Amino acid sequence: MQSSMLLNRVFARRIVATTFRLFSPRRTLSNGGSGGFNGEGSVSDRVGTLEEATDQRDKDGMTSNIGHYDVAIVGGGMVGMALACALSSMPLTKNLTIAIIDSNPALRSKGSFKQDGVPDPRVSTVTPATISFFQEIGAWKYVQQHRHAYFDKMQVWDHTGLGFTKYCAKDVDKDILGCVVENKVLHRSLFASFQDTDIQKTIYPARLTSMAFESPYSSAVADSQPPNEQGISSGSAYPRDTSRKQHRECLAKLDLDDGSCLFAKLVVGADGAKSRVRETAGPKTTGWSYPQSAIICTVEHNIENSCAWQRFLPSGPIALLPMGDRYSNIVWTMSPKESTDHKLMSEDDFVRAVNHALDYGYGPHPQSTFLGLPSDRFTWITGQGISSVSEYFEVPPKVIKVASERMAFPLSLMHAHNYVSRRVVLMGDAAHTVHPLAGQGVNLGFGDASSLSKVIAEGIMTGRDIGELSLLKKYEKERMTANITMMALIDGFQKAFSVDVGPINLLRAAAFHGAQYIKPLKRNIISYAMGEQKWPLLS
Amino acid sequence: MASKTLLRRVLTTLSSSSIGNPKTPSARRCSSLSAASTEAPLPPSPIPPSIKSSTRVPSSLNEAEVAKFAAIADTWWDFEGPFKPLHWMNPTRVSFIRSSLCRHFERDPHCARPFEGLKIVDVGCGGGILSEPLARMGATVTGIDAVEKNIKIASIHAESDPLTSSIEYCCTTAEKLVEEQRKFDAVIALEVIEHVADPSGFCKSLSALTVPNGATVISTINRTMRSYATAIVAAEYILHWLPKGTHQWSSFFTPEELVLILQRASVSVREMAGFVYNPLTGEWSISDDTSVNFIAVGVKDSH
Repeated sequence: MQSSMLLNRVFARRIVATTFRLFSPRRTLSNGGSGGFNGEGSVSDRVGTLEEATDQRDKDGMTSNIGHYDVAIVGGGMVGMALACALSSMPLTKNLTIAIIDSNPALRSKGSFKQDGVPDPRVSTVTPATISFFQEIGAWKYVQQHRHAYFDKMQVWDHTGLGFTKYCAKDVDKDILGCVVENKVLHRSLFASFQDTDIQKTIYPARLTSMAFESPYSSAVADSQPPNEQGISSGSAYPRDTSRKQHRECLAKLDLDDGSCLFAKLVVGADGAKSRVRETAGPKTTGWSYPQSAIICTVEHNIENSCAWQRFLPSGPIALLPMGDRYSNIVWTMSPKESTDHKLMSEDDFVRAVNHALDYGYGPHPQSTFLGLPSDRFTWITGQGISSVSEYFEVPPKVIKVASERMAFPLSLMHAHNYVSRRVVLMGDAAHTVHPLAGQGVNLGFGDASSLSKVIAEGIMTGRDIGELSLLKKYEKERMTANITMMALIDGFQKAFSVDVGPINLLRAAAFHGAQYIKPLKRNIISYAMGEQKWPLLS
Repeated sequence: MASKTLLRRVLTTLSSSSIGNPKTPSARRCSSLSAASTEAPLPPSPIPPSIKSSTRVPSSLNEAEVAKFAAIADTWWDFEGPFKPLHWMNPTRVSFIRSSLCRHFERDPHCARPFEGLKIVDVGCGGGILSEPLARMGATVTGIDAVEKNIKIASIHAESDPLTSSIEYCCTTAEKLVEEQRKFDAVIALEVIEHVADPSGFCKSLSALTVPNGATVISTINRTMRSYATAIVAAEYILHWLPKGTHQWSSFFTPEELVLILQRASVSVREMAGFVYNPLTGEWSISDDTSVNFIAVGVKDSH
């Protein structure tokens, strides 16, 4: 009886595994087609078989099908999927067994979206560092098949007319500063690339309910077996006493809301700002909400935009990011009340408000001088004067209409005191959420995924248990430094620009001026923002 | 490589014989004991019959040292316990052994399981701190220790992971394995030789367990003023990393002595490296400074 139960269990698990294997190549084929992610047939087929597998499980009375995995990723969003993809692409880690726990229908439902449709307002500005990570893990080729907009210029100015700076990729001898991509394109590309690989993977379409640490061989399973089947080779059968429990390695046991249950050596919490893994694992967090909201939407121009624009207004920054095909994305930070107003106002009024905010609204255009003095007075500081026309202030292209719905969400900053504990790791928004100011949030998350995948590879290289705390601490050490630096910088920026007091405006202008005209400093800031170096001002 | 030049200096007076590379790992010699196999990596694995230590075999064991380790055996897998320094150091020594054995056996160091098919014995395995990584790298591992409690703990600990549950743990000594005519592609004894009563007899046993052209790996502590200051005074008395009395300075070996002892046991040392601790970063690294902790990789003569 016991053994037949076990057999069924194994069988059910096999089915799940096989269905995923069977259908992944088909997905890949449909991805190769011109339409991109419109492989509806294959995807719905896959869902069908997945449900069959679940039914099979239920028929067998296997309400708690226990799987064993090396890595369980809770949250199959952009960052979780990036980790899965990275692990499946490296020779050292591609033999790991991976479970992804996510109830998001995007991982099973039809994922069609048209290239020529209006871009989704949820976009990310990916840095060159993120792009090369995507290339390494084989996902960038899928991004390139869809809408994405590179930009090589970035203009930042403020409402006082004093602060102004313009960054060009050629200042650092690069072709681009970054690329704006819809989040769904990033996610789908990672998912497609993950499906290409033959890593052993299982997707659990469920939510995490609880997590515990116990030995898979303790309790019922172990006790029901004869003592000499425990795999001990030293001869005598040891009494199942407390010392046995003490030396037994515990794994993380995850219970899901669909009744299934799994064991993992390492649990990765990539489940966002309200992380269930963080709640269960218990690391404390520091955080505060800004008294601000952001409103996002897609807008249309008469001409194509190829520059990233950001202007600091008294209530918060407004950013206009190129989306390709005459579309741009707006991220406008303001007070919660204002954001409600801007969400509800008529489209024409909103277009007028945007154009006003990006032009003469709230203050004059900046001059190419500092405090009214021509900038060539400062050549003794900067070494050289203004070198090209592109350094001059430009007015962003006018918005002619709003192309998507307007979405508003509150802003907050949160940082977990620890990213790791034994067998548990937090990544992305589960570990840190930042102000969307510089579009850096997701880049920090991808940095986490890249770092964690390398730490896991290093663990395998030295034959370690990948859930070992001392190993995971390496990831924490590396990422905490990077994330805190960026968060402090963004938070500082945010605070510096939310005041409108004379002397502070002057200081701000001086800082802008330094950033604009002192060449080494400028290069330094650009390459930090591109994700190429760890520290903003030291090199 | 820096460690190689250093070794050359050490070896100037010693002759060395050429080595070929073993094509395939030798077939199993001991039928009953090697039943824990790689073919079935998932538990439960069949249990080899127990080894009774009733027969009297000449042993290099030092009884007092055995008792000393039995007393703290419970804490093997406590990363903050008495074996903490060993846990810290382990990844560094494992990565040295990995790259050294990959070179010797011509394995791809970039794959997850480069030791697939290799039979390795971990002599003085303790709680299995080295045996488990070796098994995860694909080796067919036998872990032996004279302390029965260590073997119990090691077996219980290894069973949680399918990759390590195939390790064969035996409470026995190197001498007894020699008597049973067991042979291994690689024989590893880390931080053991300074605790045995008869080091040269111990080295002869290690050599006898190694197949011709197989590898013998030994790590220990140098007998220098620096090792006295760091491994004994600092580690045992100031930092309390190790229980007092863990090491006797006089039983340490210099690299030259170790090379000679191994040479007499038909093992030619090919590589030597030091492990150094950086107190600022708290990390161990591989270095050519062999003045405290060092490791030697030798090749068993083929004739």
